Amino acid sequence: MTLLPPHEVLKVMTLTNVSVGYSGSVVVENASFQLSEGQIGCLLGPSGCGKSTLLRAIAGFEILMSGDIKMDGKVISTPSYGMNPEHRKIGMVFQDIALFPHLTIAQNIAFGLSAWPKESAEERVAYLLELVGLSGFQMRYPHSLSGGQQQRIALARAIAPKPKLLLMDEPFSGLDAKLREELVPDIRKILQHEKMSALLVTHDQMEAFSMADQVFVMDAGVIHQTGSPYQIYHEPETRFVASFIGHGDFLPATVCGANCVHSALGNIHGDLDHGFADDTKVDLLIRPDDILHDDDSEFVGVIVSKLFRGSHFLYRVKLSSGKVVYCFASSHHDHAVGQEIGLSVHLDHLVMFPRE
Amino acid sequence: MVDSTHSSFARKPNWNWLKIAAIFIAAILSIPILVVLVNVLIGDGEVWRHLYHTVLADYVQNSLLLMLGVGFGAFAIGVPCAWFTSMCEFRGRKFLSWALLLPMAVPAYIIAYTYTGVFDFAGPVQTFIRDVTGWSYGEYWFFEVRSLGGAIVMLTLVLYPYVYLMSRAAFLEQSANTLEVSRTLGYSSQKAFFKLALPLARPAIVTGLSLVLMETLADYGTVQYFSVNTFTTGILRTFYGFGDIAAASQLAGVLLLFVAVLILLERYSRHRIRYHSSGLRKATNRRIELKGSRGILTTVFCWLPVLFGFILPVGVLIYWALFKAELPGWDFVQLAWNSFYLAALAALIAVSLSLLLCYAIRLNNDRSVRASVGIAGLGYALPGTIIAIGTIVPLAWLDHRLIDLIKYYTGENVGLIFSGTLFALLFAYTVRFMAVSLGAVQNGLGKIKPSMDMAGRSLGLSPAKVLKRIHMPLLKGSVLTALLIVFVDVLKELPATLVLRPFNFNTLAVRAFELASDERLIDAAPPSLMIVLVGLVPVILLSRSISSRIEHSN
Repeated sequence: MTLLPPHEVLKVMTLTNVSVGYSGSVVVENASFQLSEGQIGCLLGPSGCGKSTLLRAIAGFEILMSGDIKMDGKVISTPSYGMNPEHRKIGMVFQDIALFPHLTIAQNIAFGLSAWPKESAEERVAYLLELVGLSGFQMRYPHSLSGGQQQRIALARAIAPKPKLLLMDEPFSGLDAKLREELVPDIRKILQHEKMSALLVTHDQMEAFSMADQVFVMDAGVIHQTGSPYQIYHEPETRFVASFIGHGDFLPATVCGANCVHSALGNIHGDLDHGFADDTKVDLLIRPDDILHDDDSEFVGVIVSKLFRGSHFLYRVKLSSGKVVYCFASSHHDHAVGQEIGLSVHLDHLVMFPRE
Repeated sequence: MVDSTHSSFARKPNWNWLKIAAIFIAAILSIPILVVLVNVLIGDGEVWRHLYHTVLADYVQNSLLLMLGVGFGAFAIGVPCAWFTSMCEFRGRKFLSWALLLPMAVPAYIIAYTYTGVFDFAGPVQTFIRDVTGWSYGEYWFFEVRSLGGAIVMLTLVLYPYVYLMSRAAFLEQSANTLEVSRTLGYSSQKAFFKLALPLARPAIVTGLSLVLMETLADYGTVQYFSVNTFTTGILRTFYGFGDIAAASQLAGVLLLFVAVLILLERYSRHRIRYHSSGLRKATNRRIELKGSRGILTTVFCWLPVLFGFILPVGVLIYWALFKAELPGWDFVQLAWNSFYLAALAALIAVSLSLLLCYAIRLNNDRSVRASVGIAGLGYALPGTIIAIGTIVPLAWLDHRLIDLIKYYTGENVGLIFSGTLFALLFAYTVRFMAVSLGAVQNGLGKIKPSMDMAGRSLGLSPAKVLKRIHMPLLKGSVLTALLIVFVDVLKELPATLVLRPFNFNTLAVRAFELASDERLIDAAPPSLMIVLVGLVPVILLSRSISSRIEHSN
């Protein structure tokens, strides 16, 4: 038996080549990732990409087709074995909240504490209610609470038995934007306070960015990239990640040196070698903030449409090559649709993919 | 290490015994209809030709006229009442909106006996006319209660609540916005009703009407008593009178054809309801205030069905039962006891099977299970007479085989084991009333979202504990409702009980029928009243749940 490397021991959860599926069709394929203690991870992807199925597999509600899931180094799921959900010490918050309508708020939170002595369970309930800011709601019933309040109770119920890991399935999808903005920092604080790792599932990148330390971008059952929110936005590794995260355009270009490409907007240089051979046809990822309005530039484009965003304008500009790209401009630069403006490119890092 | 295997809530084949049980139940419950169908197919053309030349035209014509009349009547009463109580404000609206459901508690045959007692030649009304005017028999015209028209009126008076209930729900679901939008587009409120509200509610109205027509086709007590020849009376006459199973089955087959059309109509329009309803209940439906003569007219209009469908007949029943009828004695207690324990047993069986079927569908929702549940719930559309014949024929066959077999080996005659006993009765009730209990249980189970099961599991409960601590408390209400509805329906059921009851075994409904057939209408009042009073319980529950739902949304 080989000793595990030290960093491996600290992982709360490890997925190795996990595949999940129903009757022949594979929903999740070869997913591998890890979560460290106290870390908040996020499975981010469009609906139907298999992220919820993967979450359910971790909770113990789905059977693996291959691979294994470990918690604290102990195997909890393989294709032939699955620890029952009730023994996993994994808490879960559901998309539809799923509070028990026949129980009071206090009884809902205490639901997972049946093995605790009565007094410490009561203490725990009171403590959690205070933590989620709903002290005094003990005797109320779920239906008398607002959506945001129910969401907090669902969180309190899930973390009451002090699970090692908390799973959250689109926990904010039913809430309006304002409520969500309030709730997200609160939940982060609570999780940190309880020293709990968490894994969130969402299709909303803003939610992922504001909650997660580590994002796992998924599409069609495959994890495309693992990284911090900054990394997946600025250094997308696949074409899917590049187009799914944030706004952006693919600008056709040709490689003209170790850190340079030639495009309709001239030669563009990056900080680092991009590793493509000269003359390779590529698509360069351009974010709206990479192209700036510059009256002195030799490159021009015609404004096709514009959006006023308060602090800035977001223009769609048609280049001479026919390609339409986003362009950011401060809100002082108010131009009419149809007008020609000068453009310059400001890129630190070239993100590109072989032309399709 | 492999002590805990995969949970039952993850997909696994271990629950397949539930699936097998579901398919088995559906197969058993579909026996009556299959027997009738097979008899239709194997019956020879001679029987068919005979029926065709003699009674068939009569049956078809009467049944069609009955359906047409009752359908029209139920529409003309149900839809306006639903519209007034849901969209308008007038004197007594709150009371009327649930009182309009009361006639549901009265079986058609009971209202028929009551009105016959009141309006026929020897009844108080005609007697009064003769006393006042001095006329005698034949010297004046008075409408004949015991006629096709009378049957239409009787059935309409107790069946319109189906249309009322369905269309009212549809009207309430239409948001005030829809109507307001039409007003801003230049529609008057009358025009908006005909161009918008009514078409939007059409699927719901059609669903209600198809239920009314199914009940009309299934009715035996009223048409038999009024001597209107329809399929149900014809089937029982051929079956009893001539012992001709083939002919009875042929007739039942034609009746099935009618029923099948209605089922399709009902399924189709239920399907359409989903598209037509916004799913959102608008909290503020501002009602149109009806003042002055319009308000009075509306109040009177909505009072009429309550008056004639419930207050008058039940009042008469109470009067007869308390002051005119023979004092009910020991045999009445026996009658009530028979009815109650039979109904309770049937309710227990139907609800237990429903629970099993609903869990089968929840735990493996595949096509075979869904089809099984669909088949198990078909009986609500089948007239009791068809179910009775479909039950007695195979059971009698089985009994005779068993008698022969046992006689051959032991020389003893054991008598009828299934067909002449309560077994047959309970089986037929289960077939007939499975759908109502299925509906109630499914409704309750649907409210327990799968995520609640998962929440329970992730909070440390085993599957058995999830059932005990989450499902049982949440399902209690629906299960009680299901038990109650089946109980009351069995209590009211007449034709199947009449055919299948063991020799000398009487229930309240059968006794009321027998007494009425002997023209002892007043003595039929105590058992009739008993049925109506017990029948009131689910109606009150229903109206309370409706009004509480509206309170919630306001």
